[in-house]
This record gives sequence, C-alpha cells and structure tokens, in this order.
Amino acid sequence: MSSPFSINGGACVAMVGKDCVAIACDLRLGLQALTVSNNFPKVFQYGDVFLGLTGLATDVATVSDLFRYKVNMYRLREERGIAPKTFANLVSSSLYERRFGPYFVSPVVAGLDPKTGEPFICGFDSIGCIDFSKDFIVSGTATDQLFGMCESLWEPDLAPEDLFETISQALLNAVDRDALSGWGAHVYIIEKDKVTKRLLKGRQD
Amino acid sequence: MDTLVARYSRPAYLENELFSEQDEQDLNDAVPSFSLKFAMPPVAHPSAWLRAASDDRSNPSCPIKIAHGTTTLAFRFQGGIIVATDSRATAGNWIASQTVKKVIEINSDLLGTMAGGAADCQYWLAWLGMQCRLHELRHKRRISVAAASKILANLVYQYKGMGLSMGTMCAGVTKEEGPALYYIDSDGTRLAGNLFCVGSGQTFAYGVLDAEYRYDLSVEDALELGSRSILAATHRDAYSGGFINLYHVKESGWEKHGFNDTNPIFWKTKLDKGEFSNVTSDLSERV
Repeated sequence: MSSPFSINGGACVAMVGKDCVAIACDLRLGLQALTVSNNFPKVFQYGDVFLGLTGLATDVATVSDLFRYKVNMYRLREERGIAPKTFANLVSSSLYERRFGPYFVSPVVAGLDPKTGEPFICGFDSIGCIDFSKDFIVSGTATDQLFGMCESLWEPDLAPEDLFETISQALLNAVDRDALSGWGAHVYIIEKDKVTKRLLKGRQD
Repeated sequence: MDTLVARYSRPAYLENELFSEQDEQDLNDAVPSFSLKFAMPPVAHPSAWLRAASDDRSNPSCPIKIAHGTTTLAFRFQGGIIVATDSRATAGNWIASQTVKKVIEINSDLLGTMAGGAADCQYWLAWLGMQCRLHELRHKRRISVAAASKILANLVYQYKGMGLSMGTMCAGVTKEEGPALYYIDSDGTRLAGNLFCVGSGQTFAYGVLDAEYRYDLSVEDALELGSRSILAATHRDAYSGGFINLYHVKESGWEKHGFNDTNPIFWKTKLDKGEFSNVTSDLSERV
C-alpha cells in the first residue's frame, strides 16, 4: 500500500520576487502508474490570495472547495477580501481541526499584502504547521527535485518576467525527474494590480 | 588427402541437424555452476532474503532499489521484425535515467530487449551474446534464434526463485527460420509469437498495436506503428518515457532507425495529426 500523498502525484511551488510573487503547479492526475488526466490544476485563486494543494486528489478537491466557502463567508462578514497572512492562519487552524484524521494535502499559500504590497508565501504540513519562507516553498511528489532546482535558480529581487522564467524552469525541470508529476503546468505571476496566468507545455511522458 | 578430408568434413545429414549431441553438450556447458560464480549473501536462505530485500512491490521501503518500469515491443511482419522501446529507468518515483538503451545488440543479426531489472538484462544478454559467438566458432555457422532464446530460458530457469527480474524478447532473422521472435521471462517462460509487448506500459502499447497490426504491413508503416505504440505508452504510463528506440531486423541483419526524443514527436503527432486530443495546448481550450 503506497502513501496517500503519492497515489495521484503532483507538484507545486511558490516563489518571492521584487514586489511580486509566483505560484505554479503541474497538471497530472494519476492512479499510481496510470495517468488518468492531464488537466488537473492544483492552484486555486480566492480573490487576491492563491492556494496550491498537492496530495490525495479527492482531498485536493474537498479542501479547495472548503476554502472557497470559508473565504466567501469571510468576505461577506468583513466586507473586504482576505489578506494572505490571515488566510494562512485560517488554513492552519482548519487543518488542525482534523488533527486525528487529516486531509492528505500539503498546501502552499501565496499573495501580496493588500495594505503594504509586501510579498507573502508559506507552506504547511497536512495538520497545519505553518512554514513561513522569504524565498520559496515547494510541495508534492517532486519536492526533492524542486528544492534542488529552487536552491540553484532562485535569487533575491527578481522582476516579474525573470520570476516567471525562474519558477517555470524550476518546475518543468523538477517534474521531468519525477514519474508521478508533470504533463503540463500552470503558472501565476501576481503583481500589485495584475495577475498573469500562463499554461506551460511540458513533456507529455 | 582422403584421410584429411574425412577428418575435417562431416556428412551432409549431420550438417543440417539443428540439435546434435554436441549442441546438447554446449547447452549444458553454457550453464555455470552458480554458487561458484556469484557471491551469495551469508544467510540461511539466500533467495528468500534477496526477495525480501529487493522486491519493492511487496515491500515499498525495501533497501535494495532495482531500476524498473519500461515499455518494449516487437512484432513480426512481412518485411522482418520491428523492435521498439522507450528509454526511461525509474527507482521508485525517481526517474533515474531518460537515455537507457533497452535494445541490446547481441550480435549483428540478433536483438534482445530489456524490461525488469536493468542489470539482470544487461548482464545476461551480454552473456548470451558470448554464448552465441562460442556456438558460431564451434559450429562454423550462426546460431538459430530458437537455440539462442533457449540458452537464455534455461539459464534463468536455473536461477528461478532467486529474484532475477527480466522480461525479454529475442528477435532475429536466419536462413532456416526466417523472421523469429521469442519472449523469455525470469519465471522461465519461453514463447514464440508474432507480437509481444513487455513492461509496465505493455497494455497501452498493445492497445495501439493490436488495433493497427497486420502481417502484410509495409516496412514504413510497420516502423511508424512501432513508434506510435511506444509513444502512446510513454504518454499514459508514468514509468515509461524518454526516447523511442527503433530497430528493423531483416535477413541481412538489423538496422537501427533512430533514438528520438518523445517530446517533439508527441507535439507533432498532436498538433499535425490531431491525435491526443485529451491534452491541453491552450489555456482557453476546454477538455
């Protein structure tokens, strides 16, 4: 029996740039060796914050819907969008509520602070421990490969275009060394008043 | 003079016999007394110990990781035999290599394919090449594909239960047999046939190959079909990928038809021929 975290496969990465952040994911959904779908995005947009979810596909779907609901309820109560830091704490406490029967997901949050415009990224384990980071966060079945790529490609204060190139190369080259992820990718570049979404045509083997 | 001729030539009826006593002797000589040749783990039951330590299907956290995962195929047709493979080697989910040569050139007109344990296949097919050469030197004629495949089948049978892992195909064209294709695996199975696919991606390759296969395929169409079947398997099987290795075996020996990256072939197949419509190539496209 294999781990629930690596049945479906998938990879996600977030990076900080100068006054911008980026988040990207692959598109594979598989059942062990069999690739079932090549169009299963793992990054979700809730207003101005972005959530990447890797792990068990059924939980990716459940948890992404759960947070859409929670973020919508927050917006109705507070009459404003949720800030990335607030959302990170919401994710953390929601995951810990399932401490003894966790969702098998490894979330990543990325966004810009609505007041200061400061870049914010963080990652979590499946029961809500927050991993704050000033450079990059990785998750999924290709984490080892992504760490290697990010450690070598990332540098501080990348402009949006350079950040796009960096995160794309990091993701594509990482998933090309992982059997369970790849088959295309989505990349989001988030700037103060612009979000760019791109599709990467990755290797299809 | 007559005595010399008598000593160095044999009557015609002996010349044509496929399995002479000498052949049988060779087959027996070919099998090494394994406990003398290979170091064995110093435990009470080496085979059970090896299986426990290296079979990652029954024990995913086993300490010895053997490179696995493959798609290989070979089929007989009017113009000879097509042999095609992918080139990926995986250890668990880690892609260890994308440039493995899974077609092993046993000699200038015999090919072997590699699936299962990479080291097992590489070692024993090289060893088979040696046995075939020895046969040639002893008998002054090329070994038949039947005999070569049987040498390998008998060898792996000797090691049955000791954890050898190989699924291989032997392909060759000889004067006596014509195009001959055999499947041999580490259980000891040896089958002659028209068409085989072996490895984790075998089902995907069979899907394409069975749909389009005919014995009277032209050489060009046969090469294309072999390549397309591997492409389908690399796409759907996580443990197959990399490059497509293509061979054509004819009476004059085998001919290599390239070692080509699947990536450009895939996008060409999708965008030019409209196949693989399941794959998104545009953000606005809905699948």
